[in-house]
Amino acid sequence: MADITRRRVLQSGGAAGLLLMPGVARAEPAWNGPAPEPGASIRVLRWKQFIQAEFDSFVANTKKFTEKTGVKVRVDAESWDDIRPKSAVAANVGAGPDIIMGTLDDPFKFKDKLLDLTDLAEYIGAKSGGWYPVARKYGMSGNRWIALPQGASGGCLNYRISTMHAAGFDEFPKDTAGLLKLCQGLKKAGKPPGFALGHATGDANGWAQWCLWAFGGKTVDDKNNVAIDSPETVAALEYATQLYATYIDGVLSWLDPSNNKAFLADQIGLTLNGVSIYTVAKNSPDPALKAIAADMDHANMPIGPVGHPTEQQNILNTYAYAYSKYPNAVREYLRFMWDKDQVDTWEMQSNGYVAPPLPAWNDNPVWTADPKVTPFRDVLKYALDDGYSGALGNASAAVMGDFVVVDMFAEACTGSKSAKDAAHDAAERVKRYYNT
Amino acid sequence: MASLTPVQRTARAIPARQRLAFRLLDDRNVLGFLMIAPAAAFLLVFLAYPLGLGFWLGMTDATIGQPGRFIGLANFISLAHDQIFWLSVFNTTFYTVVASALKFGLGLYLALLLNRRMPMKSLIRAVVLLPFVTPTVLSAIAFWWIYDPQFSIISWSLIKLGLIHQYIDFLGSPWNARWSVIFANVWRGIPFVAITLLAGLQTISPSLYEAATLDGAGPWQRFRFVTLPMLSPIIAVVMTFSVLLTFTDFQLIYAITRGGPMNATQLMATLSFQRAITGGNLGEGAAIADAMVPFLLAAILFSYFGLQRRRWQQGSRD
Repeated sequence: MADITRRRVLQSGGAAGLLLMPGVARAEPAWNGPAPEPGASIRVLRWKQFIQAEFDSFVANTKKFTEKTGVKVRVDAESWDDIRPKSAVAANVGAGPDIIMGTLDDPFKFKDKLLDLTDLAEYIGAKSGGWYPVARKYGMSGNRWIALPQGASGGCLNYRISTMHAAGFDEFPKDTAGLLKLCQGLKKAGKPPGFALGHATGDANGWAQWCLWAFGGKTVDDKNNVAIDSPETVAALEYATQLYATYIDGVLSWLDPSNNKAFLADQIGLTLNGVSIYTVAKNSPDPALKAIAADMDHANMPIGPVGHPTEQQNILNTYAYAYSKYPNAVREYLRFMWDKDQVDTWEMQSNGYVAPPLPAWNDNPVWTADPKVTPFRDVLKYALDDGYSGALGNASAAVMGDFVVVDMFAEACTGSKSAKDAAHDAAERVKRYYNT
Repeated sequence: MASLTPVQRTARAIPARQRLAFRLLDDRNVLGFLMIAPAAAFLLVFLAYPLGLGFWLGMTDATIGQPGRFIGLANFISLAHDQIFWLSVFNTTFYTVVASALKFGLGLYLALLLNRRMPMKSLIRAVVLLPFVTPTVLSAIAFWWIYDPQFSIISWSLIKLGLIHQYIDFLGSPWNARWSVIFANVWRGIPFVAITLLAGLQTISPSLYEAATLDGAGPWQRFRFVTLPMLSPIIAVVMTFSVLLTFTDFQLIYAITRGGPMNATQLMATLSFQRAITGGNLGEGAAIADAMVPFLLAAILFSYFGLQRRRWQQGSRD
């Protein structure tokens, strides 16, 4: 599998790259940000926890910050889908939480309303040896950091080991051709694969975008010209149609929780999901679920003909509003929470739920204590950004929000349109947002 | 003449002011205005202003965080060329017409049944209301499970009974999905229609039925020439509300299908939300919402003119 090179990470870290070069003395970068405003009190709205211990650890870290600085912090949690409209309303009316821990390219929709986090992000990058390139892309608008990537609730292929063996594979395939053969084998073995094709924001986009990119297809090119109506896209759709033939019935109606239910009910042998299925199975008192945990493992998405990893991941992105009365307290809070001491404790409790945005955070024991969790550590190394290979912004968010790529795959896979027609119609939909 | 002290001046002034106040309050126009002012202000702030803002937004290219600029009808022209928008118009119309017709037919039938003498009548009427009082999201989640391609209780039962051999894909094909969400909407909406029509039925004087029976009218004639005309005004109101609520339905669809598969259940309300909030294009989302207004207005006008026509109410032709 192709790898993010040391050179690319160093480039993404800017000056920080120098710090990791042999022979260069590694001086701890200094943080010279102003102290929090006296009597400051801030509100944080974050994504709803899936693992209670993770949230408890987050709150404990926040409490430590309050004890240290005197800044009062209120933490609220909402599901991802609910954070999106709330962040939009806050940006529009100029009131609401000071900090939002949301997802993906949301901050790019209202970048002018956000606090400039450049100094802080560069400090964190310098201190930790640089951000992953994809994290840097999700954080920066032009030369300005508008968000701090928190990581990704990474998606990996969740598979049943015994069924994979029954399908004739000793180890998980690393390319798309191998994946197709495995899926055909799984279907024959009685535990077919299942990948969401309904309007499932995370799961359906996850595999559809990966497949599109794996064959060289892309929504827009580097200059934001619509490029989805291409032979590469048609190749991706034709491949996906073969995959779809092996899927369990009903994936067209699947929403995000559907594959979790099907996997835990022992009905499918392969799906794309976060570590949540494994965590639930492992911690369950039910022997049947424990047996599933023992018989399952994870793998990163295979590489397609394009020759490099093309994962689409649910980036957790944190941003602060310029309307905050206490911008210094906000920066100080974020600096504290992004400090490796706090991150390490929190990451341990989250059982690998959030993949690191900086390679320097990979040394947390949580990623190696259980080898089944290790693939999740590296998802940001293999991820591309939404709207690849164009710019993040309103158009990329709108295309994803409108499920253009997912619908295109659903139309082609079910045969309701030919691959060519589906690609052509998708291009018409994309053009509405990219104004070309 | 000795000058008045401040206390004396106040004593004389108050009766004068009171007289003016009494005179104003005696004026029917002034009093009427004062009485209606709080309600009018409420409607103006919470209804007229958002509606006006919605129309304005629909004519701008506003995105989240950006006020946008006036672009006239550009959003509507763009939508006119958008196949997903037209699919949502078709879905919404189909959903509303079919669900409303079913709710009316079944609701009226249920109301007629509940109007009969039967044991535990009050308890049964209370039970009938349950689907309506259950929070929409909860019932939507229940239907999401009922329609699940792997865990559907309906499919499971039919398989156990040996009637089918594989799970029904309720939401996995466009037409199955449309009928499934319509069924969920009908299940939820019937109690409102039934209970309101039942209230109307109970206002019909039994003497009318007695007179009709003496005139030799059979059950169908009593229904056609007594019940239906007497119920017409309330039917007009109930069905207007039912059509409005069905046309603007959001929660059921959002919780069960999110508009999928392939936008087969995408309604104008869900598409408006998807484009405005998820996609960030407030102007376009508002334009979709604006496009719903003519349909809603037609439903309101139908009810308004229906209620005004006494002959129509009484079952005669104009």
